[in-house]
Amino acid sequence: MGTTIAFYILAAVAVFAALGVIVQKNIFRVALSLIVCLIAVAGIFVLLSADFLAAAQILVYVGAISVVIILAIMLTRQFAHGSQPNRLGLPALFVSVVLFALLVFAILGTNWKQSIEQPIADTTPALAKQLLGSSGFILPLEISAVLILAVVVGAIVIAREK
Amino acid sequence: MIGLQHFLILAAALFCIGLYGALTKRNAIVILISIELMLNAVNILMVAFSRYVTPVALTGQVFAIFIMVVAAAEVAVGLAIIISIYRSRDTIDTNKIDLMKW
Repeated sequence: MGTTIAFYILAAVAVFAALGVIVQKNIFRVALSLIVCLIAVAGIFVLLSADFLAAAQILVYVGAISVVIILAIMLTRQFAHGSQPNRLGLPALFVSVVLFALLVFAILGTNWKQSIEQPIADTTPALAKQLLGSSGFILPLEISAVLILAVVVGAIVIAREK
Repeated sequence: MIGLQHFLILAAALFCIGLYGALTKRNAIVILISIELMLNAVNILMVAFSRYVTPVALTGQVFAIFIMVVAAAEVAVGLAIIISIYRSRDTIDTNKIDLMKW
């Protein structure tokens, strides 16, 4: 019962914040709506008993990415123009609504195979075993470290003053 | 009772809202924000399938972690490119960045 109420509240907050992202005119409010939506998604992760991912969501998205986005909004000084739409409004609305209808139709029509096992209560040790253990994801983990190094160097090179 | 399908429909709604934003906005930063929304929707999908289909293996959560890494990298490089474009052309309106459009 409690999970049901929590899910509906979090889902409503996430969807309305996401609608705020596309409806608001002020770019700062767009960024703040994105932060609200990300926090609601972290709550959804808690409901799905993914505690490590909820913490990572707060740290990476709410803590780091939103700060970088707000920094970029300030550096580009475009708030006077606001968040304007282009001419694709109606076709894009049609595509989005049709895609959503198709997805809902497919989701409700599919007989999903579900496991009856209970989820792990503390996911952090299990995730560490998956990421770092043998026959786990150790190679993608190392490659993502290289990727982040390349991204840091690349972002500095692209954004620096000539 | 909340099941797998509730989370899937929520993720589909967030993804479609993000798609609409990415297709219709003119400010490059707002387009990046919409793409973040879509990536978050995919993360919800991954974690929901991990919770309801393979609750012990946690492979979906590992994929969600990698999506977060790639999303952070994408935002860093994307905003660096936007700032660089703003320096050279004084605008980040995607209708006015038309050097390679025909």
